[in-house]
Amino acid sequence: MLTAILLGFLFALFLVFTGKFFRGKLAVLSALIPAGLFAYFASFISKISAGEIITKTYEWVPAFGVNLSFKLDGLSLLFSLMITGIGFLVFSYTASYLKGHKYLDRFYGYLSVFMAAMLGLVLSNNIISLFVFWELTSISSFFLIGFNNDSAASRKSALTALGITGLGGFFLLSGVLLLGSMTGTYNITEMLSMQEAIAGSEYYILAASLFFVAAFTKSAQFPFHFWLPAAMKAPTPVSTYLHSATMVKAGVYLLMRFTPILGDHPFWNNTLIIVGGITMVYTAIHSLFRTDLKGILAYSTISALGILVFLIGLGTKAAFLAAAVFIMVHALYKATLFLVAGIIDHQAGTRDVTKLAGLRKVMMPVAIAGFLAAISSAGIPPTIGFLGKELTYEASLNFGTGTIIIVIAIVLTKIFLLWAGFAAGIKPFMGKLPEAQKETKMPGLLMWFPPIILAVLSILFGIFPSLIESAIVKPMVFALGADASEDHLALWHGFNTVLLLSAVTIGVGLLLYFLVRPSNKLEQKVAKLEFISPRSIMEKGNYYFVIFSRFWTNVFQNGYLRNYVTSIILFLVILVGYILFGHQRLVIDHSQLAEITAYELVVALILVAGVLYTVFTKSRLAAVAAMGVVGLSICLIFVFYSAPDLAMTQFSIDTLTVILFVLVLYRLPKYLSLSDYKMRLRDGVLSLALGTIICVLALQVLAEPANNEIGDFYAKNAYLLAHGKNVVNVILVDFRGTDTLIEISVLAIAAIGVFGLLKLRLKSTDRTQ
Amino acid sequence: MKTLILKTASAYLLPVLLVFSVFILLRGHYLPGGGFVGGLIAAIAFVLHAFANGLKNTKGLLQFHPGFLMPVGLGLAFLSGLAPVLGFDDPFMTGLWLPYDVPVLGSVGSALFFDIGVYFVVIGVTLTIIFTISESA
Repeated sequence: MLTAILLGFLFALFLVFTGKFFRGKLAVLSALIPAGLFAYFASFISKISAGEIITKTYEWVPAFGVNLSFKLDGLSLLFSLMITGIGFLVFSYTASYLKGHKYLDRFYGYLSVFMAAMLGLVLSNNIISLFVFWELTSISSFFLIGFNNDSAASRKSALTALGITGLGGFFLLSGVLLLGSMTGTYNITEMLSMQEAIAGSEYYILAASLFFVAAFTKSAQFPFHFWLPAAMKAPTPVSTYLHSATMVKAGVYLLMRFTPILGDHPFWNNTLIIVGGITMVYTAIHSLFRTDLKGILAYSTISALGILVFLIGLGTKAAFLAAAVFIMVHALYKATLFLVAGIIDHQAGTRDVTKLAGLRKVMMPVAIAGFLAAISSAGIPPTIGFLGKELTYEASLNFGTGTIIIVIAIVLTKIFLLWAGFAAGIKPFMGKLPEAQKETKMPGLLMWFPPIILAVLSILFGIFPSLIESAIVKPMVFALGADASEDHLALWHGFNTVLLLSAVTIGVGLLLYFLVRPSNKLEQKVAKLEFISPRSIMEKGNYYFVIFSRFWTNVFQNGYLRNYVTSIILFLVILVGYILFGHQRLVIDHSQLAEITAYELVVALILVAGVLYTVFTKSRLAAVAAMGVVGLSICLIFVFYSAPDLAMTQFSIDTLTVILFVLVLYRLPKYLSLSDYKMRLRDGVLSLALGTIICVLALQVLAEPANNEIGDFYAKNAYLLAHGKNVVNVILVDFRGTDTLIEISVLAIAAIGVFGLLKLRLKSTDRTQ
Repeated sequence: MKTLILKTASAYLLPVLLVFSVFILLRGHYLPGGGFVGGLIAAIAFVLHAFANGLKNTKGLLQFHPGFLMPVGLGLAFLSGLAPVLGFDDPFMTGLWLPYDVPVLGSVGSALFFDIGVYFVVIGVTLTIIFTISESA
């Protein structure tokens, strides 16, 4: 299973070296990877539907309980099949859509990294690795949205998406760590048995809220929804894959995965119902005011995600069943509509729905796919969309409390979604072909075949729901913690309230479609209200934050070393002084102090003389030499107090420091007196204050009862465990070796920094960019 | 600062100091010393040579940019930590030791290679910084 997940990453790495071969006709071969993975995951269907759960664990950081642990159950199986199945179609579609693009190989690289990250996310059984894969999907989607990196709008959308989902990632990490400390495990399977303890914990609300923010940002729920329409700047295969079928559902996946752990609590259910409800209605109505095909689809996608969140919030068995079916419904029809929109954009050169008409005459197969997807999205029988809608209505009707509001909200949403589906899937193909598009040509097979497959599946699963019933839907409901083995999916449920609601939805929806046409006027009307939208508010917030940051940076990091040092020392003095004098009783234990010997006194006097000379001399060279004297005196003190390692290192460092100073000093202008009397006085007071504080601190430490447990351990085990007699060195290279490894890496980075700063003298024109 | 005495002396001092730095590096396991100090001493040896003979001559002596020692050292240190993972299925940075003592060196293990890595990184870092600053200042 690990290989299956890593395959995408490996392929991306492989593309780095062999990319130029994949830019041409071979590009389509990369679709073999998702196809193979799809077959691999499909082979588990029989096992999973028999109730089996497949787990695999690879040790990663066993000391902290972080393992690469994977679980394949009904929920992850459905998502894996969607990711690889739609992935296969999108990979093939891209070969034709971006044919001859000079960065096609790079695009495939990003796409396969994304696919692998998504698979890892839905298969992770450890919440730490789940978080890592979650972040990987955010990062790979950043690259995919900003793929057209020479367009400023694209870069901005990519940053917005990364900002919002990155924020969510931060909340997820907090939630994961909190949940981990509440339960004492990071393993999802182990958490399943602790549901009551978690719900009773005082941190429950906080943990649930953290997961909510993560899920709502990823799945574009109100008020974080605005990044998704902006992300439509990405090439259409990306919109299809990430922003309708897979990544945006990661938030929904997270909520579903944690439903058996955090769910069944009033806070959980009410929040999800309210947020999902607001999102689905608000954005469904919004789709009415768009003229860009992908804009309409983006808003209807957010609305569909809202429905899913809302259904999870209802939390009944009927609602889970509806959610399981609706995820498939939405993935099938929305991916189709996006692919169709991409074909229209590619062939006709515009996505403006007011300018498109009559395209069926030039691309019949595409029109069929668009039509089938539209009726599935509208929930007209015999599509699987109808099934999904029936189940949703049933779950809402039988919820119990606030039924009227819930039902009105969901019916309203479905009416507007019908309009959106028709506007995007049917409108461009109906009517008379306008003059401007007479030249439009039929797309290649690789482009029109994927949407047809998806659209046909929508119908097939609708007519024969038994195809997916026990194979996919029921295991998934089971994974959510409900047993649906007695239920059966069917198109016909008899005459009842649900059917009546369906009829109302379709009737009113069709009426709306014939009355309201997408137009620029509507779009302009809503643009006037833009200033109170969450997007504008957030952007305004960002604007002021940038101003504040600039002010902050200019004050504290203005490029003068003396100011940096001053603020650091001032901060240290105030903080340490506050703790030392404000909270603790000062105890200085004179009896502990050793006798002062004559040679110590001499070294101390030399030290003081060196310091004074450094401060008052008028010659830079003399100051540097005096600093050297100070350093060497300190070395001697180290030697007196039996720290030869420290003394040796300090000695070498001091030598090098003096050399470095001399090298730089040669080039400086003649000594000038730049500071006035007051500044020098201030600096002197500050230095004295720091010296005093450190001195008191050192004495205070001596007065504390010594805890030598760690020292004793090192001293005892240095030879036994690490075969060394020099404890200092053994600590450096063995006991704390990882620290040293990181430290030398930092050293190397510092050296590269110095090298880069001094060697890469950019031309002044380059520097401004 | 090109005095004849220093120039003549530095020709002999460089190898002596380098041998001394290796000595300090190797004795670190039992007595004061180690990769860090050893690396600093080696760097000082080269800096001294550069003072006496000019930077160009020292660079010519080295034949390669000292910066290359950084990845070499980091790689060596990292591999010595990775060896137990790859070879013995132990956690990262587990100490591995030869079952018998090597003459002169004493017991040899992965920690020694780690220390040699530190030694190279320190030489690389110090010389890169000093050479760069003295070239461009």
